[in-house]
Amino acid sequence: MASAHGTGIKPPARRLTWNDPTVRAVVYQVIALGLVAFGVWYLVSNTLHNLETRKIASGFDFLTREAGFAIGESPIYFGPENTYARAILVGILNTLRVAVVGIILATLLGTIIGIARLSKNWLLAKIASLYVEVMRNIPLLLHLFFWYALITEIMPGPRDALNPMPGVFISNRGIKVPSPTDHFAFDLAAGGFLLGLILSVVVAQWAKKRQERTGLTFPLMWSSLALILGLPLLGWLIGGAPTQLDVPVLRGFNFQGGATLTPEYAALLAGLVIYTAGFIAEVVRSGILAVSHGQWEAASALGFTRGRLLQLIVLPQALRVIIPPMTSQYLNITKNSSLAIAIGYPDIVSIANTTLNQTGQAIEGILVIMGVYLSISLSISLFMNWYNKHIALVER
Amino acid sequence: MKKVKATAFAVLAMVAAGSVGMAASPALAGATFDAVKARGILQCGVNTALGGFSAPDSKGEWQGIDVDVCRAVAAAMFGDASKVRFSPLTSQARLTALQSGEIDMLSRNTTLTLQRDAAIGLNPTGVTFYDGQGFLVPKKLNVKSAKELGGATVCVQSGSTTELNLADYFRAQKMEFKPVVFEKLEELVAAFFAGRCDVYTSDASQLASGRALQAPNPDDYVILPEIISKEPLGPFVRHGDDQWHDVVRWSLFAMIEAEEYGITSKNVDEMLKSNDPNVKRILGVTPGMGKALGLDDKWAYNIIKLVGNYGESYERNVGSGSKLNLPRGYNAQWSKGGLLYAWPIR
Repeated sequence: MASAHGTGIKPPARRLTWNDPTVRAVVYQVIALGLVAFGVWYLVSNTLHNLETRKIASGFDFLTREAGFAIGESPIYFGPENTYARAILVGILNTLRVAVVGIILATLLGTIIGIARLSKNWLLAKIASLYVEVMRNIPLLLHLFFWYALITEIMPGPRDALNPMPGVFISNRGIKVPSPTDHFAFDLAAGGFLLGLILSVVVAQWAKKRQERTGLTFPLMWSSLALILGLPLLGWLIGGAPTQLDVPVLRGFNFQGGATLTPEYAALLAGLVIYTAGFIAEVVRSGILAVSHGQWEAASALGFTRGRLLQLIVLPQALRVIIPPMTSQYLNITKNSSLAIAIGYPDIVSIANTTLNQTGQAIEGILVIMGVYLSISLSISLFMNWYNKHIALVER
Repeated sequence: MKKVKATAFAVLAMVAAGSVGMAASPALAGATFDAVKARGILQCGVNTALGGFSAPDSKGEWQGIDVDVCRAVAAAMFGDASKVRFSPLTSQARLTALQSGEIDMLSRNTTLTLQRDAAIGLNPTGVTFYDGQGFLVPKKLNVKSAKELGGATVCVQSGSTTELNLADYFRAQKMEFKPVVFEKLEELVAAFFAGRCDVYTSDASQLASGRALQAPNPDDYVILPEIISKEPLGPFVRHGDDQWHDVVRWSLFAMIEAEEYGITSKNVDEMLKSNDPNVKRILGVTPGMGKALGLDDKWAYNIIKLVGNYGESYERNVGSGSKLNLPRGYNAQWSKGGLLYAWPIR
């Protein structure tokens, strides 16, 4: 074997030999792939065989059957006469509802605490450290039980609900607030809000280009605020400025009308946000500390105000350190929302579990749950990776 | 894309391994009886904590009417009622645990339905308790009938027929309701007694159990008169082993039959001398019955001696000898106006 390399002036002809690292690598990879494929085949065929011998029906036909159960809260209409597929859709929407709001709030709270921990104010910095150490060391499930028990045990029943301001009722059935009625003007206002958001992004881009060209700055915050608040107001005025709201009233057992923040949603959101903010605070702190002190000093020497310094010098560099671990935290919030089932919030796990129990289609139900989480997680990853590339250091 | 596909496959594989793959061997046709016999101990699925049906007592011993059915099967199989290992299961996990072979039988206040009999590879073996779904409400709500529950918030456990009956009932009555669905009974009961819901719905026996054992003050709560469903609760076994099915079925029948003929754990030794041919057959004085089941002829004697007859188990766990204090109702012998009607042991 060794002679293949040892003799001759001619370069040795390429031969299939175990000494060739390329050959070894290919062989190992083929073996590994084969083992994985065999494992998958074995498990799938074993499952199908077992299902068949035990006369357990399989497949996804059940999705089109009538669900027959009701769901406590749902962003879209759902009744027992709807299908399992729609029930699962409601579960997905409920999971997204808590994950998206949770991510936004946890980012805000975490950033504030992270910055507070770096503050020169001794008390503020210590309070922030205490928050981080306490909150992230309590298991999330305990957070949820704590907040849920707090709401259900301490709040009064609906008949003696707290009424801090007209139309707002707080009880152990949740927080009830007046909501806009089905008036055309409110649709206009909602449209105006969306338009305001889009326009402020456009203005921001224009302002950036103008600044690069001419050096003139533009009062971006005020213009955005005016657009986002002004356009909905305009829409509402054009629609005839209706003033009647759907105010909750106590009828029978509970408040009817208005919009509700249920105890389950509130407890889940509070638990997720407060727990994850502890981690995010540390991510933010590490990101800011990663920017070398010289950068701060150089910017100060050039006469940047503290706000501009943070905005233009420190944050863009800190974000490069912050974004990758932040992605993990966002994924954690999404996946941890599955603990909702412990406190009765109808998320995808809760609804898929009910479904698999009523239909007996356990494997299909679990596949649905996994498919949903995989899709959401991959979407978050893709977006965050794109954003990470977007802000990454462009080397010339 | 490739990565996604690969992940999906891995995921599928994991499910397969978790739920079925690992448990392939004990579930082969006809093998449950032999497997239990060889193992020398019965693996029985019960409720996590439902006083009167299956719950650990202060010494950590499992007690309850469902637990007694497990013990009866162990007594019949091994002549020793303590040869049982209990698997506490949530209502969600119970059917899967039996399907996958994790347990040999399920005795966990499970309703017998066509779907559960026909579509998911299981067989019910009899009825341990005739129940029906009811509503528990705080007295201060002043509700006299379930028909007044329109708009109520209802606490209910997930993965049960209860959830479906509830939706059916309110739909039929054209009333609205808000369900709050919990996975675990403990959390549901805690939330209800904290006032999160107006109504707690479940099988009436379960409501009585919750009220008697967990309410801060049982007198503040009332079970409404409407019973909105039939809930025959009983043990289940897997498809594929008819001999095992027979053993589980007849262990329960032996308890019921023993009560009918007045055989109790206290008088069973005297009854061995009885001249009644029925009693002789049950107790194995006239041989043959046990052999037909593949068991010792003393099988029913052991059940009665070690666990007691149905009436004894009922009184001890849910009847007058317990905090639940449920009347016999439908669960009286057929000869006393109830629905208990064991097939003859002959």
